[in-house]
Parts: sequence; C-alpha cells; structure tokens
Amino acid sequence: MAKKGYDAGVKEYRDTYWMPEYEPVDTDILACFKITPQPGVPREEVAAAVAAESSTGTWTTVWTDLLTDLDHYKGRAYRIEDVPGSDDAIYAFIAYPIDLFEEGSIVNVLTSLVGNVFGFKALRALRLEDIRFPIAYVMTCGGPPNGIEVERDKMNKYGRPLLGCTIKPKLGLSAKNYGRACYEGLRGGLDFTKDDENVNSQPFMRWRDRFGFVQDAIERAERETGERKGHYLNVTAPTPEEMYKRAEYAKELGTPIIMHDFFTAGFTANTGLANWCRDNGLLLHIHRAMHAVVDRNPNHGIHFRVLAKCLRLSGGDHMHSGTVVGKLEGDRDSTLGWIDCMRDSFIKEDRSRGIFFDQDFGSMPGMLPVASGGIHVWHMPALVNIFGDNSVLQFGGGTLGHPWGNAAGAAANRVAVEACVEARNAGRELEKESKHILTSAAKHSPELKVAMETWKEIKFEFDTVDKLDIQHK
Amino acid sequence: MSKVQDYPSRLGDNSSRKFETFSYLPAMTNKQIREQVQYIVDQGYNPGVEHTEVENAMENYWYMWKLPMFGETDVNTILAECKACHDANPENHVRLIGYDNYAQSQGASMVIYRGKGFK
Repeated sequence: MAKKGYDAGVKEYRDTYWMPEYEPVDTDILACFKITPQPGVPREEVAAAVAAESSTGTWTTVWTDLLTDLDHYKGRAYRIEDVPGSDDAIYAFIAYPIDLFEEGSIVNVLTSLVGNVFGFKALRALRLEDIRFPIAYVMTCGGPPNGIEVERDKMNKYGRPLLGCTIKPKLGLSAKNYGRACYEGLRGGLDFTKDDENVNSQPFMRWRDRFGFVQDAIERAERETGERKGHYLNVTAPTPEEMYKRAEYAKELGTPIIMHDFFTAGFTANTGLANWCRDNGLLLHIHRAMHAVVDRNPNHGIHFRVLAKCLRLSGGDHMHSGTVVGKLEGDRDSTLGWIDCMRDSFIKEDRSRGIFFDQDFGSMPGMLPVASGGIHVWHMPALVNIFGDNSVLQFGGGTLGHPWGNAAGAAANRVAVEACVEARNAGRELEKESKHILTSAAKHSPELKVAMETWKEIKFEFDTVDKLDIQHK
Repeated sequence: MSKVQDYPSRLGDNSSRKFETFSYLPAMTNKQIREQVQYIVDQGYNPGVEHTEVENAMENYWYMWKLPMFGETDVNTILAECKACHDANPENHVRLIGYDNYAQSQGASMVIYRGKGFK
C-alpha cells in the first residue's frame, strides 16, 4: 500500500531509485552507464538520478505519481563500481522492467535510456557502456533479414571471409563510369563492391542510373568469372517513401544486396527497411556514418557495442565494425567484444573485452562484421586472424589504387585472402608468418606481387582514443 | 603504360571461370590437399563429395557423389572417395564439402580435382 497523502517538493533520487538490495530478474533490460558526477554529488545520488531520469522520474514529486505503481515501473540503480584507471567516474548498473518499453522498438528503448538524461546538469559526463536485452525482448525484434548462413548459401561463399571494395572517388563519378569501376573490381575476384555512404542520388549521378549500370556490371562479371557477385546499392534517402522506391527498383533489377546508413537515417527507417528486406529476399548492408560522433569519447555518449546490439535487433546482415589495423579507430580486444555481439548466439560477460553482461540472442541470426577503412594486402593475415571466416574484408584504396587497375587490385586481394585461409587451415600462425605466406602466394600472382610492392610502407600507427578502462596507475 | 599488365580474364574463354574458394590459387599439391581435408575433419564437419560439368559450376546444386560421409574422420577414406568420383567423372570438377551441422551451412567447400581445361 502506498504511503498516505501527497507531499509536494523535491526528494532525493536515492530515496526511491537506489536499491542495492535489488536482484535483477531475467526479463529486465539492464544498462551499465559510466557516470562522471559534478564535484560534490554523492555517487549513489547520481546513479539514482540517472535511473530516475531514464525511466519514470522527474525533478519534483507530482500528484499523478500516486495514480500508478511507480515501484513497479521505475528504473533501479542496483550496483556501483569504480571505473578502473579513473578517480571520479563510476559504473552504475540500472535495471528497467521490460514493460517500460514498446515491443520491437529500439527507438523506444533508446529514447528512454539515452534521452534527456544525457543533458542532466548534475553530471559532467555520461556514457552508456552496455545494454543487456533480455531474450524476452530480443524475441519481439525482427533482427537481421537473412543472417550469415543464408547469405553464404545465396552468394555461394564458403570457408573464407568475403571480399569487398568501396568505389572511389567517393563523389563525382557518372553512373556509367562508376559501373565500370565496379565491373573491374568484380571481374578481378571480389564478391562485392560498395556504394560509398554519401553516394545517394546527387546531380552528378542519380540513383536510378547508378542502379542500372551497376547491375549490368554485376551480371557481366558473373558470366565472366562463374561466381556470384553483388554491389551494395545504397538506398539511403531523404524520406522513407523515397527509400522504399529505390529498394523496390533494386529488387526489380534482381540485385542481391542493398545498403542503408542506419544512424543518419535513424532506427525507424532502418527497422522498416530490414523488414522489407526480409519480405523481399534482399540482403542488407549497414553503414554507420555518424557513429564516431557518439561512440568515440570514452566518457560521454554511447559505446559502439551498444549501437551494434541495437542494430542487430533493428536488422541488418552486414555491419561495419572497424578493422583494428587500418586507418580508423578500434582497440583490438574491444573490437573482438563487439564483433561477438554481432555474430554470436550467446555472449558471456567479459570485462577484458568490455562486455558487461551475458547477452542471449537466442535464435536471432547474426550479422557479418565488415572491416573497412585504410586496409591493404599486407594487413590480410592479421585481418583473417582477427575476424575469421564470418566477415567481409573491404579494401577501397587497397583495390582501386593498384598500379594496374581495379581488376588486378581485386585479384591481388583475392589471392592473398585465399592464401591466408589455406595457411590458417594448415595450422600456420598467420600474423607471425605473414610475410612468408604472402611472398609465397605472390610467386604465382604478379598482381599480388605488385600490390605488395606498392603498399609496403603504409601503416596507421596512432594510439586508440577510446580504450577499454584499465588500471594504469 | 608499358609496365601496366592487362588482366587476362575473358568471357569467351572457359578457363577464365572460377569456382569459389581456393580457385585463385594454383592447384594444390597432395600434401596441401591433405592439410585442408584434415582441417575439415578437425572442425567436426561431415565430408561430402560433389561433382559437375565445368560449364554448370555456377549452379546451386552439383551431382552428389553417393551420400555425405557422416562421422568420417579418416583423411585417406575421404580422399579415396574424391578419387573414385574423379575416376568415374574425369572431365568434371570434383569438390569436397564440409557440412557444419551446428551452423546448418557448409563450413568448407573446395574443388579437389579441377575439371577439363582447368589448370
């Protein structure tokens, strides 16, 4: 029974929302936030404030609170931990009852968990580190339209990573010249070519023209090589109506895969398109433009592993994951953690990989992580070792920048990836023996030999900004 | 330009056709093939042999040679079936599949005997 009467005024959050005795139940959505409080604010109070502001609470008591059972609906801050290596930040663990959220709506989950609370003045910084989605919630989401095994069967690619290439220059090519660049890459041995993320439908190349010429490139390359080919046709558009129009035309052409930018377009658009792909049998490649705006700062924003889990629930068959070794940000252990979140059925808590909760995806299909950005043939052994077979390795400049052109660049990468898989299967240590493996393969491939000479010295050895939190004092 | 080498693949030349994993490498030696078969066994995959005419290699289904060898872990036995299939169909591509029961997919697929006209 609720206590008698209504007391107006401001209560301390911790009186209601700090519940260290609470045992989370299997259906709770759990979140781990890294909180940097303003000086002088007690840690229990700040954890409780985040629980309140991301669930039922507001800054003052209101009489309508008494019309419902707030003790049932509230978020509960149930644990606080020190953040290794930090003097002022804490991890706060918060449990939310499942009926706070609309079924199958990542939009709704994020609107609560990373809504107004991120602007809350009592915090200097706030970061959502991880979410545990209960299997009961997972089962209300559509997830990847096809999944890894279905994609392998459709594309006829087994026992090796898939190979892709983003067409460059990013902007400015005419549709026919663009299709030429795709054809050359595909005939040389790539499985996929890709629209760059900002290729939508600009005046220099309208989407319908691009789709037509690229499909022509795919079909000719298939006849020539006898292998299945695809190109991620980017259907990202200013409105959902326009997006579906482009997707329908791609289907009409008989193309196997389309592409979407989930973060700039939003989860509503993405979930709708994923459902459309499931209904229409197309694969869906997901790009992640804008992600680094929210996931790169180690103290504020949303960790990428959260975005990856959310995207898997919203739906996508491929998702960009970073490369570890290329030009874009990505710590190795942390990357291994989030690619598990993309592919595996069950991911165990593992702080050494930044995983804060056990996560059960049940029978939901997995996504292929896409390693893309500043990688070239010398990286191949490390990439095969890090990502394994269930991945797409994507070389843009590392294909198109070959001195003999795209077909040769593609062939070099294809020979390299097959040589690495062969060596791995034969029990050799890829990263230790990388030079020997590639050099031996190049004896039979002049294209590989020239690629190795071209990119010999290129490395991107900058320190990672967003590292795992570890004790360093 | 003289240093630039042409990429020699042609629509009109059947030998330009590829056949997926490992088809961009030279044909493997016996030792290399044994290593790959051992890998398939070590992964716990079920081996199966298939073959087809080279011009039909892009189809989803090739002819199944007998039935998959469920639970077979002897590399010699597996290679003997590949050879028996090749002897009976000397012009065809012969491939070895590793069926992965858990992923319900093929964990591996590689041509062991390349068909007529393929080096």
